Amino acid sequence: MIDKQVKSTAQAVADICDGAHVMIGGFGEAGSPTELIHALIDQGAKDLTIINNNTGNGEIGLAALIGNGQVKKMICSYPRFSHSKIFPKLYRAGKIELELVPQGTLAERIRAGGAGIPAFYTATTVGTQLATGKETRTIEGRDYVLEYGLKADFALIKCEHADPTGNLTYNKTARNFNPLMCMAAKLTIVQARNMVEVGAIDPEHVITPNIFVDLIVEVSDPLIEAQMIAQNEHYP
Amino acid sequence: MSNPQLTGWSREQMAQLAASDIPDRSYVNLGIGMPELVAKYVPKGREFIYHTENGLLGMGPAPELGDEDPELINAGKKPVTTNPGASFFHHGDSFAMIRGGHIDICVLGAMQVSQHGDLANWSTGAPDAIPAVGGAMDLIAGVKTIFVITQHTTKDGTPKLVEQCTYPLTGKQVVTKIYSNLAIIDVTSKGFQLSQLAPGITFQQVADRTDAPLMPQKLEQ
Repeated sequence: MIDKQVKSTAQAVADICDGAHVMIGGFGEAGSPTELIHALIDQGAKDLTIINNNTGNGEIGLAALIGNGQVKKMICSYPRFSHSKIFPKLYRAGKIELELVPQGTLAERIRAGGAGIPAFYTATTVGTQLATGKETRTIEGRDYVLEYGLKADFALIKCEHADPTGNLTYNKTARNFNPLMCMAAKLTIVQARNMVEVGAIDPEHVITPNIFVDLIVEVSDPLIEAQMIAQNEHYP
Repeated sequence: MSNPQLTGWSREQMAQLAASDIPDRSYVNLGIGMPELVAKYVPKGREFIYHTENGLLGMGPAPELGDEDPELINAGKKPVTTNPGASFFHHGDSFAMIRGGHIDICVLGAMQVSQHGDLANWSTGAPDAIPAVGGAMDLIAGVKTIFVITQHTTKDGTPKLVEQCTYPLTGKQVVTKIYSNLAIIDVTSKGFQLSQLAPGITFQQVADRTDAPLMPQKLEQ
């Protein structure tokens, strides 16, 4: 039987190279693969382009990766948050690039990237400064903006249940961007809270089919970012 | 500004007025902040289904203290609960609901609304601001009806209802109705039209605090 498990988060992220484009799942901390991000900090790859809805919070997870100087560019929809201090500081100092993408356009660009659709038209941003310089077209009397599909070299994903072949389910609103990113990366790396046997997930209930998953590592007791931030913890 | 601040309706009353204009069985998306209060005032006999763009339909109220789940949150990243009949889905499906015109009503906050219904609510355009748009532009491009709840003026008395927005736009010609602390105002093809005054507030007081022409209430509809 196919088994995509690796023993450690370090082993899971070992191949991420300098300059890679990396999608990281999560919406705020919900669905954020914090342990994989921390392994990437230990691993040290630089000049990364990171695709995530946000820019992390406090001094852990994605915020810590940015703070460690490993990120050249962020592609995201909402780079502000109550406790986000690292990204704003680097951005104002001109030390990190930002490509701001509306949340739904970001999701659809990732979906399109994974689905073999090079570009699509959307009404989102029409008439705003985020449409500046973009190709537009009028279809059935309404204006649309052309947006390109988004792909990545790697995706870091958090799921609830995984079987060794890579079928995944998620927990509540921790699903968010994770299933889309699984589809859009050349190498999809998953941290699973529970490994289950092949066949334990009802085929009707599989959210991400195993074709979109490459490596899985079990992280059964993941960090809770809100608690760490409340205690002013940082990584490393 | 020379105009003194007026009280008019409270935040809760504004939310209640907006809720009273939402039809039964509507699929509703509430923006972050004051719009969230709308959920507390569902009129008797009506049922709304709340959508939050991070992947939940059938969102319920905030949990009791101690029952928060970091993986059950709303678009403002605050803990929520699920109502019976709720469903979870990924961001692609969530924004298909929005962009595809499946959400009936969205209630948003505003920095400025123009007389043509243009909305500015994502950026002041200040050079040192960190631009952050989230799902606002997708919502106003895709949801059928957009209500705005806002104080009528900023804290220093500057009108938020204007001829032309000076802040960067979220979208053009999208807002249909505004619930401010002073009045309910319809955005018509001819501009702002008063629909209802808050108790103790006069038409002239609202007009003085609106930076665009304001048409009086229609007498009988």
